[in-house]
Amino acid sequence: MHTKSIAELGAGLRAGEFSSVELTRHFLDRIERLDTRLNSFITVTSESALATAEAADQTLKTGDDTPLTGIPIVQKDIFCTRGVRTSCGSRMLDNFVSPYDATVTQRLLDAGVVSLGKVNMDEFAMGSSNETSYYGPVRNPWDTERVPGGSSGGSAAAVAARLAAAATGTDTGGSIRQPAALCGITGLKPTYGRVSRFGMIAFASSLDQAGPMTRSAEDAALMLQQMAGFDERDSTCADEPVPDYSASLNDSLEGLRIGLPKEYFGEGLDAAVAGAIEEAVEVYKSLGAQVVEISLPNTALAVPTYYVVAPAECSSNLSRFDGVRFGYRCEAPKDLEDLYKRSRGEGFGAEVKRRIMIGTYALSAGYYDAYYLKAQKTRHLISDDFHQAFEQVDVIMGPTSPTTAFALGEKVDDPVTMYLNDIYTIATNLAGLPGMSLPVAPVNGLPVGLQIIGNYFAEAKLLNVAHRFQQETDWHRMLPAGFE
Amino acid sequence: MSLDRSDVEKIAHLARMAIDEAQVDDYAKDLSNILNLVEQLESADTNEVEPMAHPLHMAQRLREDRVTETDRRADNQAVAPSVEAGLYLVPKVID
Repeated sequence: MHTKSIAELGAGLRAGEFSSVELTRHFLDRIERLDTRLNSFITVTSESALATAEAADQTLKTGDDTPLTGIPIVQKDIFCTRGVRTSCGSRMLDNFVSPYDATVTQRLLDAGVVSLGKVNMDEFAMGSSNETSYYGPVRNPWDTERVPGGSSGGSAAAVAARLAAAATGTDTGGSIRQPAALCGITGLKPTYGRVSRFGMIAFASSLDQAGPMTRSAEDAALMLQQMAGFDERDSTCADEPVPDYSASLNDSLEGLRIGLPKEYFGEGLDAAVAGAIEEAVEVYKSLGAQVVEISLPNTALAVPTYYVVAPAECSSNLSRFDGVRFGYRCEAPKDLEDLYKRSRGEGFGAEVKRRIMIGTYALSAGYYDAYYLKAQKTRHLISDDFHQAFEQVDVIMGPTSPTTAFALGEKVDDPVTMYLNDIYTIATNLAGLPGMSLPVAPVNGLPVGLQIIGNYFAEAKLLNVAHRFQQETDWHRMLPAGFE
Repeated sequence: MSLDRSDVEKIAHLARMAIDEAQVDDYAKDLSNILNLVEQLESADTNEVEPMAHPLHMAQRLREDRVTETDRRADNQAVAPSVEAGLYLVPKVID
């Protein structure tokens, strides 16, 4: 059952081949047997999952169902879930049982999904390897001595190992696409504002966006359908109609103009990864697409721009964790300042502290213009590069990540080297554009992700482009050894 | 840009975040490296460029000024470290 797509599972449920309770038990059993190797879960919610599955089985009989009714998924532990611990991978929120549901959580529950639990992530989504989690690193199912990527590493590992049919993730600088690439699954970061951020614990509010992490583009379309749409509780949520994402999956790619930015194929890109990407582009050519070399001249500014904008917003957002209203409080504070300082000092890990300090510094008196204002201007330059590119092409393609999954511990002591992992994904967030990663031919048994970037609100086009590739190839069906 | 121990201590104080004495040098090194990365921005000519505050250049949406939330104080305070009679407790601020 765990190798089936969401559509196939839905058909099985409706044909009476298995019930949602049986399906849920099957996944819970896999989690219990296999997750000791991966550490992808922070909280498994077996009891509520079975209760929801039972209700879903009833709904399937009455006909008030959606394509996701009874489908077992997992939630990144950044989404608030009422009555369930929402840790954000941090000691700060280890004791936090959310009093409300995020809009994404609520919409998926309303659609009838069964939530198997909350999955591991880099602390406050700050990381590219899932090694900053308070709950320990997640391991890559393709090689458990390697990282799954981050920050949505638990989501990616759980879906790759088929411990759930699908997962939610969030992406601030590549946190859906990079782990999807490193674990061999399909991940979609929608346009900024496409999915509500209400109840999604904030890291960098002008960049954060939630999206689906699935086995295929077809499954991603079904997930996004339920996640997307206007929400008055998020003031930055876009009031744009949500198209039927499944309807256009099979559209022809004849004449599709694909832009390959030369800056995404230069120094730093592993040669074998480049080969796998070029091979995937050949598949598109055989489907009638045209390839155009383009330039995104300000690409080199993306990582430095991000490491001003994201820490600045993070230092502001994370000021709410003060040991007073919720979350961790230090023992025996001697005064209010001591309470703030020790609660934050003990509650946050090293990477979160580094980013809060960079942001605090960049926003402090006398430095604002040199850092934050400058970065907002270079952000504009980066964004303009894409606007110009989309006058010539329909989608942009390139690698999601410069290498395959690296070894646990390899980069954890060198923040700047770690940051450069996101060199191809960060610009998309700065521009607010949608981006996807899908598996192409592996290198030395490790997955490689093809990134597809689209114009604003072109998620249906991205899903169509990804789906047609997955009709021609089987890379998305590959299973890591030991998780069959 | 290179930060020293006292810079790190000052920034940590601004962020109201205690830093382990033994780790201050490590933070000074890491933060200096990150700031060196960020300094690449200086090479970009941005004289004629408007700062970009929002990815979609959207105006802030406004809503009607009316009460929409219900009182959920008890739920929200259930997760607080210390409350009494509906109030959040902290160490004494005024003697």
